[in-house]
Amino acid sequence: MPTAPAGTLYRGREGMWSWVAHRVTGVLIFFFLLVHVLDTALVRVSPEAYNAAISTYQTEIMGLGEAGLVAAIVFHAFNGIRILLVDFWAKGPRYQKTMLWVVIGLFVVTMAGFLPRHLINVFTGGH
Amino acid sequence: MAHGTAAVAKIDSPRSPYVRRRTTRGNYELYSWVFMRASGVVLLVLIFGHLFVNLMVGDGVHAIDFGFVAGKWANPMWQVWDLLMLWLAMIHGTNGVRTIINDYATRDMTRGILKGLLYLAFTVVVVLGTLVIFTFDPCPANSPAELLPSFCTA
Repeated sequence: MPTAPAGTLYRGREGMWSWVAHRVTGVLIFFFLLVHVLDTALVRVSPEAYNAAISTYQTEIMGLGEAGLVAAIVFHAFNGIRILLVDFWAKGPRYQKTMLWVVIGLFVVTMAGFLPRHLINVFTGGH
Repeated sequence: MAHGTAAVAKIDSPRSPYVRRRTTRGNYELYSWVFMRASGVVLLVLIFGHLFVNLMVGDGVHAIDFGFVAGKWANPMWQVWDLLMLWLAMIHGTNGVRTIINDYATRDMTRGILKGLLYLAFTVVVVLGTLVIFTFDPCPANSPAELLPSFCTA
C-alpha cells in the first residue's frame, strides 16, 4: 500500500485561512445581495407583495440566517481593512498575523453588540 | 585602420538591444485591484449604516415593511445611499466572483459560460434596482391606507 509522501500539501497558516474565509464570505454575501435586490424590487409591484415576501424573512430560522449574514459581512469588512493595511502600510505584511487576531477580536466585539439586540428582536418581536 | 573600423560598424548587433516589453492587455486588472480597495472602504460605511438602521434601531427586522421602505425613500439621502450601495456592491461582488471563476474554472468553455451568467445577473439586478429606486411610488393608488406610510393620507 503506497503512502502519500508527507509534507507536500501547502498548508498556509493565518494568511491562507483568512484568504479562504474572505472568499467564502464574499461569495455568500454576493448571492444574498442578488436575492435581496429582487425582494426589495417587490415594493414596485404592490405593498401587499412586498410585505408578503418580507414576512418570510421575519421568522426565527431566517433570523438566525440573518445573524450568519451579518457575521459574514462583519468579517469580510474587517478583514478587508486588514488587506488594505497589508497592501498600503509599510509594516502591514510584517504584522499580517497580528492583524488577523485584531480582526477576530473586533469581530467578536461587534457581534457581541449586534447579536443580543437582533436575537431579542427575532425571538420576542411581534408577528 | 580607419577603413577596417567602418567595415565592422556595418555588421548588425547579433542581439537587439533590450526593450521593455509593452504590456498588451491594458491596465484593466490594476484598475480592478484599486477599485476593490476603494469601494470596499465606502461599502463598509454604507453597509454598516444600512444594517444599523434596519436591524438595530427600533424593532429591528420586525419593523421592516412597505411603509418602512417608503418612509426611508421619501428622504433623498437614503435614495442616494441605497443607489450608491447597489452599484458599488454589485460591481465589487461581480468583480470578486469574476476573480474566483478565473481561478477555478480551467476550461475556456466553462469559464465563458459562468462569466456570461455572472454578467447577465449583474445587468438584471443593477438595472432593476436602479429603476425601482427612481420610479418608486410611496403612495400607490388603490392600496389600503394601513399599509402605506403615514404621509400618504396626511
